[in-house]
Amino acid sequence: MSAQPLLSVRDLRVGFTTEAGRLQAVNGVSFELAAGEVLAIVGESGSGKSVTAQTILGLTRSPNATIEGSVSLRGAELLDAGEAELRKVRGAEIAMIFQDPMTSLNPVYRVGAQLVEAIRAHDASVSKDAGRKRAIELLDAVGIADAERRVDDYPHEFSGGMRQRAMIAMGLTLEPDVLIADEPTTALDVTIQAQILRLLEDLNRERNLATILITHDLGVVAEMADRVLVMYAGRVVEAGTLDEIFYDPQHPYTWGLLGSLSRLDRPRPRRLPQISGAPPSLLAPPSGCAFRPRCPHEFGKCSSLPGLEARIEDGPDHADRCWLKPAKKRELREVEGRIGLEAPAA
Amino acid sequence: MARFIARRLIGMVLVLFAISVIVFAIFNVIPNSDPAVRMAGKNADAQLIENVTKEWGFDKSLPEQYATTMKKIFTGDLISYSSQLNVDEKIVEGIPQTFSLCIGAAVIWMFFGILFGYLSAIRAGGWLDRVLTVVSVAGISIPVVWLGVILLNFFCYKLELFPASGYVGLTEDPVQWAYHLILPWLTLAFISVGFYSRVLRSNMLDAMNEDYVRTARAKGLSERRVMSRHVLRNSLIPIVTLFGLDFGATLGGGAILTEAVFSLEGIGQYAYEATANLDLPPIMAITLFGAFFIVFFNAVVDVAYAYLDPRVRLGTSAQ
Repeated sequence: MSAQPLLSVRDLRVGFTTEAGRLQAVNGVSFELAAGEVLAIVGESGSGKSVTAQTILGLTRSPNATIEGSVSLRGAELLDAGEAELRKVRGAEIAMIFQDPMTSLNPVYRVGAQLVEAIRAHDASVSKDAGRKRAIELLDAVGIADAERRVDDYPHEFSGGMRQRAMIAMGLTLEPDVLIADEPTTALDVTIQAQILRLLEDLNRERNLATILITHDLGVVAEMADRVLVMYAGRVVEAGTLDEIFYDPQHPYTWGLLGSLSRLDRPRPRRLPQISGAPPSLLAPPSGCAFRPRCPHEFGKCSSLPGLEARIEDGPDHADRCWLKPAKKRELREVEGRIGLEAPAA
Repeated sequence: MARFIARRLIGMVLVLFAISVIVFAIFNVIPNSDPAVRMAGKNADAQLIENVTKEWGFDKSLPEQYATTMKKIFTGDLISYSSQLNVDEKIVEGIPQTFSLCIGAAVIWMFFGILFGYLSAIRAGGWLDRVLTVVSVAGISIPVVWLGVILLNFFCYKLELFPASGYVGLTEDPVQWAYHLILPWLTLAFISVGFYSRVLRSNMLDAMNEDYVRTARAKGLSERRVMSRHVLRNSLIPIVTLFGLDFGATLGGGAILTEAVFSLEGIGQYAYEATANLDLPPIMAITLFGAFFIVFFNAVVDVAYAYLDPRVRLGTSAQ
């Protein structure tokens, strides 16, 4: 990794005080993002991945939230930045697109006007006409046919895929260095998903746009990520390159995620495996390893929390939170010739 | 658009017809409502009553009487049973006072309703929100008559700041016009200020959680712009609907209590007198007058709605 990462998140903690008690949504997440890199953050609903992403841009806005740690963009701290400073970062340096393109655009304004608004928010000297021209270029760049005409459409006149393209175009208006895509394909059907991912990949390559891709879908990750963080109950449980995570996963939770992928290149299992149980309540997380209650390989040591450390010799950047010995892991994760999470036959 | 207007006009005629029939029918089944007896006076003998009945056509069948009454409303020949004055002329006389009262009050209630609702929403939970909540709830709960009487007593009789009654035409003297109407305006507007600000506040709080508001923030808009262009703009759509309906109803006789308290000789006052005297012609005419405004503003609301929310389109002919 280069001397100064583009974006660096250090020991980020986000907690919410609720009526039922304190909820630790993000519990000590650290990562770095280099220019042009694609980092995937994977995990189930409630694992803290979206909160992490929104906190980077200061969009976690609850009076009940407590945010600790550090988020720095090219060395400049964002967490204690004022609203005015954050506004300059939002859109201009870090852009964000969201899960549901159906509701992420304001229904009462024309798509073009919403793009122009983003441009003019950062540079009021841009005329409406110039902004509109730029909006057309951007819509064209993200693959909206007949952008010249569609720029004056309302969001409801766009299909789901087109709306997500429009959101991406909005993200690109100010040529940011980082794009945070929070489940960008979840609400779209499969063929459109592939198109949107290809678009994000192209943008990453052509514009050297560093991307944080938040998803629960490992299929999406395999398409375009360089590095992967696996999150569980507010913590990173495994971090590594795409190949490390897919071919040599160290944490049983990752095995479970990989095992529950349906694959066309393998004989069909009787039932698609799933990880039994549900994610733990963040109000009262289990002591020790948070995955312990759902893990068939749990043993005595799991009652204390393992650190996020590199545990295998040939992967200094491949870290995980599991007490099992690497050799033992290799043995346990083999389930019917593929990686999976299942109790060993007694 | 043309088809929309045509459909609305037909609908309006049908609604007005139905309302007039209902009012006419109700009047004729009310006990002791025989107009001939009332018109003939206290000590009238049977002969006099019969003469009046013949002269005014009360012996004809009800459908015939209905048809004559309706015809007279539209030709301007309708005569009140009790005062013998022309009904349409009385209504036209009352229009300036009623419209001055309602339009002025509407401006006040929209302005303060939106202002208070907006401030409450962006300061939700703070002291300003709490104060405005108390004001709004008071506005909604206080009866118009009581508020009017209290204002009259305090500002007109005790402090002698405002005139207690009377009306000065807008064209005669705009300052006096406003001066005479301030208390009636406030009285009529107060309840709506409370109601509108509560509705807007809750709409805005809902809108603040919308994804497009998060998008607006994520693209770096200022908080004020996020609130005004995205949260307030979208929250105003139901307020406009509400306003259209309320305004129509107020013009069509909803200001009756305020007019009575402040002795404004408007349409509401006329309706009040007519009802007290069981005087059918004015009741019919005023009911139709009010119903017309309600139906008319209903259509206006639909047009406004389509304009404010691009997802809504009028009729089937629109693209």
